[in-house]
This record gives sequence, C-alpha cells and structure tokens, in this order.
Amino acid sequence: MIPGVSIYEILTVTSILFFIGVYGFITRTNLISILISVELILNASVVNFVIINKYLFPEALQGVYFSIFIIAVAAAETALAVSIIINLYRQISSVEVKEIETMKY
Amino acid sequence: MEKIIFYCLAAVIIAFGIASVTSRKMLRSVIYLSFVLISIAGIFFLIDYNFLAAIQLTVYAGGIVVLIIFSVLLVHHIEMELEMAKASKKIVTAIACLIGLGVFLTAIYSYDFNVINNSLTTTTAEIGAGLLSYTAGGFILPFEVISVLLLAAMIGAIVIAKGKKLTENNNQSQ
Repeated sequence: MIPGVSIYEILTVTSILFFIGVYGFITRTNLISILISVELILNASVVNFVIINKYLFPEALQGVYFSIFIIAVAAAETALAVSIIINLYRQISSVEVKEIETMKY
Repeated sequence: MEKIIFYCLAAVIIAFGIASVTSRKMLRSVIYLSFVLISIAGIFFLIDYNFLAAIQLTVYAGGIVVLIIFSVLLVHHIEMELEMAKASKKIVTAIACLIGLGVFLTAIYSYDFNVINNSLTTTTAEIGAGLLSYTAGGFILPFEVISVLLLAAMIGAIVIAKGKKLTENNNQSQ
C-alpha cells in the first residue's frame, strides 16, 4: 500500500476516471474517440481491482490475475475494433457514428 | 514522498483524462490517453506491483496506443477537427455523470473498509505460479481461454481487415 494515502482517495480518482470515460462515450460522435473512452473505463476498473487486492487482501493475488485478463481482453477488443473501423472506412469513407448504416440490420 | 507522487499522478490522470475526451484534435486526444495510461502504470509501481506496471506499459502504452494512432493516421487528415455533440447534450451528459459520481462517492465513503497495513512485495514468480497452478484457486483454465481468445481475435482481425476489395483485386491480377 502507499504510505499516507488511504483507499478512499484512490477509489475517488478511479471513480472520476470512470465517469470521464462514460462522458466521452456518450458525447463523442467518432468511432475512434469512443474506443478511447472505452479504454479509459477499462483502465479505471483495472486500477480498482488492483487497489482493493492490495489494501484489503494483501495475501491473495486474485485482483492481479483479473487485471491481467482484463488487459488481455482489452487488447483483443482494440485489435478487432480497429480492423472493423478500417474496413468500414474503406467501404463508406467515414467513421462518424451517424453515417454508419451498413451493419445495422 | 509517496503521497506527493500519488497526488501528482492523480492530477495528471484526471487532467489528461478530461483533455482526451474533450480535445477536438484526434491525434492529440490519443496522446493524452497515453499520458493517462503511463500515469496509471506509475500508480502500479507505487503499490509495488512491478509486473503489472510492466504489462500496463507494454500492452497499453506500447501496443494499444500505437494501434489507435495507426488507425487515426489511416482514417483522418491530421488537421481535421472533430465534430462535437450539441451543447445541450453535453450539459445533460455532464450532469448525469456528476450525479452518478456523487452516488459512487457516497457509497464508497459510507463503507468502512477493513484496510490491512502491509508492505508485502509480490514477485513475478508468485504470479506465474498462481497462473499456472491447477489446484484450488489456480487460474490455469482462464489462462488457456485467454490464449484461445487472443488467437481468435488475431484471426478475426486479419479476416475483417483484409476485406472484400483486396480479394477481388487479387483475383483480377492473377
């Protein structure tokens, strides 16, 4: 644990980071920006897992394992999302959310 | 000392997080995201999870950010400014997010966490032994599932990004 820093302060920081991600996810209209917001949300959850593991259950390592799995899934998700975005751009020359209709139905 | 470093990291995380979701230049927003990710790796270093910090730096700050920068450069003109949402939508979303944040913080601060004072250091060998053990509490099955998932994601990304146009061109050239 960090000397002099309580768990409440770290959880406050991650909550703020999570809601910054939610705000970006709703207000942005560009696929790549939405991907960036999703990364922020995932990172907030990773820090929460690690902090709660370290502060409350220092003998266990489950939080670290789940963080590793979250990071791996996020990497896979980003690779797939980028390939979909590039494929869409090739077909309709745009990555704005409102112009994408090819995969709707 | 650790306290000062933590407050600096927290300020960097929040400031650049806000900058990355409000910046109108696409590439700058990705760079701000990379600052946030590197600061989070700094927090992992502070609480003595060096292996996790290394993973964060290599996979997120090294891999994912470069991937997003590639897609930005392939898709956008560098000077192009992003279209923004309507001001009313922004305000409503900001108020909703602040209300949600208030709910989160009241829930967190009203709960009495049973914090254990410790300064344990976790070695990479312990993490690896736990990941590969198949006794109770071991994580060998999720580990294998993740490896299959990464393979599937790789094949899927290749198939999707290859697209139709490319195959037609190849057939014509043959």
